[in-house]
Amino acid sequence: MINNFLPVQIVFGAFLLFAVSRVMLRLKDGTLALNNFIFWLGLFIVALIGVVKPELTTILAQKLGINRGSDVVVYASILLLFYVIFRTNILLENLRHDLTELVRKLALKK
Amino acid sequence: MQRLVLILPALNEAEVLAEVLARLKAEIKKLPLTTELVVVNDGSTDKTAAIAGKAGATVLTHLINRGLGAALGTGLVYAKKQQADFAVTFDSDGQHDPADIAKVLWPLLGRRADVVIGSRSLNRESKMPFLRRVNNQAFNVLTWIFFGKTTTDSLSGFRGFNRRAIQCIHLKTERMEVSNEFFAEIKRHRLRLEEVPIKVIYTPYSIRKGVKPGNIFAIIFRLVLRLLR
Repeated sequence: MINNFLPVQIVFGAFLLFAVSRVMLRLKDGTLALNNFIFWLGLFIVALIGVVKPELTTILAQKLGINRGSDVVVYASILLLFYVIFRTNILLENLRHDLTELVRKLALKK
Repeated sequence: MQRLVLILPALNEAEVLAEVLARLKAEIKKLPLTTELVVVNDGSTDKTAAIAGKAGATVLTHLINRGLGAALGTGLVYAKKQQADFAVTFDSDGQHDPADIAKVLWPLLGRRADVVIGSRSLNRESKMPFLRRVNNQAFNVLTWIFFGKTTTDSLSGFRGFNRRAIQCIHLKTERMEVSNEFFAEIKRHRLRLEEVPIKVIYTPYSIRKGVKPGNIFAIIFRLVLRLLR
């Protein structure tokens, strides 16, 4: 069956399987919350389906009014990257806020 | 006698701080309040803390720099802990005139307002540099868009608060965007706001320390993050 795949599908597929295993590991060691686990697992599984069955992306592309399936993947990836960067910034802001609270407590303690 | 906590956020202000504190000490003697000078040393690497301590101010030191908003937040938390009746924030770079403290306090003492902003734009004699005036207007519009509050000087560091405002204002931002966040808090807690004209003393030093026009984009971004956090 593996002979039916293009080299690019094998490389992407292997990478996504590795990513899924990392996500499961992070849930197991408690560093990933359940909602984040569901988000990342869902995302990688959808990507994996797209890699194994690329014709499905073409069907989706036609439904969305985009010509090629690969274009859907590129657009979706860009949107997702924006979202991830935004979430990272919010996380950083929260961390900065926690740090300030700590520094403030120390300043007021003296 | 009622108590006033005068908050000065300071980052590497050793060059001018001694003079600013000396002028403040002379002026607060005239006020009908017991006044405590509080310097929030925001991780300065120069002699800011030592100078403030020598001048008799209470020094609250941030071990690392956390930004203007964080320093003001610490000052207000301190005022809350001390159960102060009033708090005034005052720039430590020497651009404010200590004689204006009475002006800022007046609406608070008269129970007409919960928060008073010392506005540089309301002062007809103000000689605000053109670029700074444009910058200020841009931030005023931004404050209106984000928080629905109109103001003539959203970037003013000269503010007065009564006990109610001290108790309920809770700042989330840590840097320059705090100036705009105050208006969000005023709106959220339905605090009565009044603006009074204040004098501003522009020196090359104080201009160097102010908000730069380019900062507006970073401030918008952080205000969006604050709303969505």
